[in-house]
Amino acid sequence: MSQTADQQYFEALIADDSRVEPRDWMPDGYRRTLIRQIAQHAHSEIIGMQPEGNWITRAPSLRRKAILMAKVQDEAGHGLYLYAAAETLGIERAEMLDLLHAGKQRYSSIFNYPTLTWADVGAIGWLVDGAAIVNQVPICRCSYGPYVRAMVRICKEESFHQRQGFESLHALSHGTPDQHAMAQDAVNRWWWPSIMMFGPPDDESPNSAQSMAWGIKRHSNDELRQRFVDMTVPQAEVLGLDVPDPDLRFDKDTGHWVHGPIDWDEFRDILSGNGPCNAERIDARVATHSEGAWVREAATAYAAKQAERVPA
Amino acid sequence: MNEPTSRDWPLWEVFIRARRGLSHSHVGSLHAPDADLALHNARDLYTRRSEGVSIWVVESARITASSPDEKDEFFDPAADKIYRHPTFYDIPDGVQHL
Repeated sequence: MSQTADQQYFEALIADDSRVEPRDWMPDGYRRTLIRQIAQHAHSEIIGMQPEGNWITRAPSLRRKAILMAKVQDEAGHGLYLYAAAETLGIERAEMLDLLHAGKQRYSSIFNYPTLTWADVGAIGWLVDGAAIVNQVPICRCSYGPYVRAMVRICKEESFHQRQGFESLHALSHGTPDQHAMAQDAVNRWWWPSIMMFGPPDDESPNSAQSMAWGIKRHSNDELRQRFVDMTVPQAEVLGLDVPDPDLRFDKDTGHWVHGPIDWDEFRDILSGNGPCNAERIDARVATHSEGAWVREAATAYAAKQAERVPA
Repeated sequence: MNEPTSRDWPLWEVFIRARRGLSHSHVGSLHAPDADLALHNARDLYTRRSEGVSIWVVESARITASSPDEKDEFFDPAADKIYRHPTFYDIPDGVQHL
């Protein structure tokens, strides 16, 4: 196969573990894969504001409320960094939002679970943000420059998200028996969905090999999942909370925690739209977007009026 | 200015001076209807943790950039002038402050 000079330059960048920048030539598949992945990532940040935002008005103290507001504001910021990164690939933010609202681009299935108690906010910070960090740190070394820069900012900010969740759960776990039970219940419900955040097992992840070859993905789903389990199980001991996996055991030979079987039917069911909150999340997103339309129009009209007044 | 086909506000590039004595560095981009709101959005988006003491915003469409297609011809003239670097010169051992 004869390659054009553009292709050769692209391949050389990938081979050197260098970075591809927006105006470089890139294969259509590379561009499509990045748009799909970065858009899904951005949508996850924006939809992810809902389950936690649910508890802002009912946070148990001013301290916890201020922390939660800052965290949810960070999620909005992370969404904006990522939409901007995706836009460098030639898609507009407005189009990505349309695709999200029409169900044609996805967000992480984890946000289709409800936040039933205050302890869920802690469990999300500790487990969901913990899993997100394990997924995201390697993306700070991926091959596409704008994605790298967005992820570096996000990972710096994400650490507070996980620590505040751990602290909140630790307070509950070491509080009254009712508070401890509430923390355990939240962990029981969020553990397996967090494990599933790393995606299907390696032998059922058909696009992974190409993403690895392009330097978009650096580790396999199962490798990252194992890393998360190894990090998190000892943290559960410090929290004084049980991991809801009767088969969980430490393998002395490999030095890894071995988890039990994952219910992939549940994962696929939620992906196909049947999770407890799929419809609610999109309805809320669409409602927010249309209710904010007058603000966007007013700002545009004001800018146009000002531009007319200022002599060129 | 904004292309007529775009449904979103114009894109702005954001530059932040992290602290006095440093130059402004590019940190990312955002959409805003005008320069004032671009500044405010940049403050909210890029300095939530005191990352800056000064912000510049520039409408992305106003930036003129070198083309990646011409990178060789454009930057070649510097490639063969290694005598512009201090390490090019042989200096006898023991010479100080040079």
